[in-house]
Amino acid sequence: MGTGIIWDAPAGGEARVALTGRWTISEVTDLADALAREAPRAPGLAIDLAGVEGLDTAGAWAINRAIQRWEQAGFGARLDGASPDIARLIAAVDGTPGAIKLRPDMGNPVVARVERIGKALVLQGRNITNFLGFLGHVLIVLGGTLIGRRRLRWHAVVHQAEAIGVNALGIIGLLLFLVGLVIAQQGAVQLRQFGAEVFTVNLIGRATTRELGILLTAIMVAGRSGSAFAAQIGSMKLNQEIDALRTIGLDPIEVLVIPRVIASSLMLLGLAFYGGLCALVAGGFYVWSELAMPPDSYITRLQEVILMSDFVIGMVKAPVFGFIIAIMGCFHGFQVTGNAESVGTRTTQAVVEAIFVVIVFDAFFAFFFSLLGYN
Amino acid sequence: MAIDVQPRAGTLPDDADVAVRVRGLVTGFGNQIVHNGLDLDVARGEVLGLVGGSGSGKSVLMRTIIGLNPARAGHIEIFGHDALDPSPSAQRALRRQWGVLFQEGALFSGLTVAENIEVPMREFLALPEDVMAALAATRLRQVGLPADAGAKYPSELSGGMKKRAGLARALALDPALLFLDEPTAGLDPISAAAFDNLIRLLKDTLGLTLFLITHDLDTLHAICDRVAVLGEGRVLACGTIDQVRQFDHPWVQEYFSGPRGRAAAHPATGKAA
Ligand SMILES: Nc1ncnc2c1ncn2[C@@H]1O[C@H](COP(=O)(O)OP(=O)(O)O)[C@@H](O)[C@H]1O
Ligand SMILES: [Mg+2]
Repeated sequence: MGTGIIWDAPAGGEARVALTGRWTISEVTDLADALAREAPRAPGLAIDLAGVEGLDTAGAWAINRAIQRWEQAGFGARLDGASPDIARLIAAVDGTPGAIKLRPDMGNPVVARVERIGKALVLQGRNITNFLGFLGHVLIVLGGTLIGRRRLRWHAVVHQAEAIGVNALGIIGLLLFLVGLVIAQQGAVQLRQFGAEVFTVNLIGRATTRELGILLTAIMVAGRSGSAFAAQIGSMKLNQEIDALRTIGLDPIEVLVIPRVIASSLMLLGLAFYGGLCALVAGGFYVWSELAMPPDSYITRLQEVILMSDFVIGMVKAPVFGFIIAIMGCFHGFQVTGNAESVGTRTTQAVVEAIFVVIVFDAFFAFFFSLLGYN
Repeated sequence: MAIDVQPRAGTLPDDADVAVRVRGLVTGFGNQIVHNGLDLDVARGEVLGLVGGSGSGKSVLMRTIIGLNPARAGHIEIFGHDALDPSPSAQRALRRQWGVLFQEGALFSGLTVAENIEVPMREFLALPEDVMAALAATRLRQVGLPADAGAKYPSELSGGMKKRAGLARALALDPALLFLDEPTAGLDPISAAAFDNLIRLLKDTLGLTLFLITHDLDTLHAICDRVAVLGEGRVLACGTIDQVRQFDHPWVQEYFSGPRGRAAAHPATGKAA
């Protein structure tokens, strides 16, 4: 016998509906629709379940709903041929939403939109104050660490240094090598028009040591390690590991942030030096093969064109950028709340804001040092 | 004390109507062997309780049966189909038939509780929104969550509420086979008893098969048809709770004869105290 519904609703007499076959969640929509066919009326409804071969909670819900509809209209509804278990199941599944709340309150759409905008503004403001508080806390702990009042976790610093610096050597070397080649090639093409090809060396030397080498390295580290900091600390926060640290009496800033900040500052210094070197080597290859300038005269020329101040300025900027990247990554990690999506948005924010602030600081440095007379 | 493992404990006759059949299962991580030639059958329509010390491999066994953890050797059948068959269609057909409650709840953190319950319905069926909402409300009420819980996100729930929400999601499709990993851990005794009643109702009315990892001795007494004891990488003993209680193994003896085990076995004396 297939799955079916037979209504027998004589005018004036009791309405009867006989169900046959399997009534499970896959057929529940049909069942609910078919049961709703007859409007409730006197004297009442009898549901015959003798032919039912299988019923699950969803099927029971549909039957329960029909019974309630008739009873609410003031007419009787009863089950025929249902085993005690089935009757128990049908009585137990009450699907009327009633007091059960399924969706968060949405409210008026216009109000909700205005509320969203306001909330975003307030959150942004709170973000800034939170960030300042975080920065202050980190600086205090960092100061305490530097004067020996707080423990520096060397293990963690070394571990982070490996992740941020040593493991990035390959990708940063390759990146800066390629950039060095491109600068040399483009520079040579332009300068050839003035017969000044030999000044390609000046371009390579000054561009990479003071600006590009540092900036590109910082952007790479922000993408690799700033994101990792935010995601690591964010998932620890979701997992209540940060709370656990606090209750054990450990300061999460001291345990998690300080090692990352120190390692990131030091490693960016090293990486920027190394990256600049890779770019210079690439430029050397280019002028050797294309302009036939032998390596030893390339090196002599570099010594003439690269000012010591350029090099020092580059090396001053690098640790500052490293600090910015680490602080942004850790801050956004600590701001994670609630769910996995928040880890994602905070990780994105950490990288985007780190790169943005690094570039702002780079512009500031450029302005500042030229005011001091280092052009 | 003599330790004699019952020959082929945990298995049923070859022609029995089984929902899950595990044979010669070997699993491990790195050098650590977790299961070493484990045999276990779960009969259709029964509630099998799995007990064993912490770290004895109960969760790993469940994860292996549902295909989340690779088996090194052995054979697993679910309703007569090879559960280790990796083809997507075979896996999808299997997944439609079971519901799983993980030890940690494993709710989707970006969805509300009601949306979590609706995920399996959306994935496998095309139901209208109002029907889904009504079914979600039914589930919420069944597992005893408070009225405002459906609209909350998992991070806003207590541990016990997460468990119940996870159970509601596992029940969403009325699966023929339900895997529950310590469902009553973290529930208050009243909610735990309500859980026992719910499972019994579903088992009596829907013929549900249950693979239940639990340390709740009351649950073992109240709803389990058979109890399997996991230890030393295999099933040490399996049978009704009274049979297992007689089994001569130090862990089993301590488990059932300790003060908690005795209290659960004689609820009347427990109440009088
Ligand atoms: N993902 C994993 N990687 C390595 N070892 C694991 C993993 N999951 C579980 N184990 C090990 O397997 C053993 C059994 O774990 P589990 O099944 O979770 O225990 P329980 O019986 O308490 O549920 C434990 O020794 C545990 O350390
Ligand atoms: Mg476990």
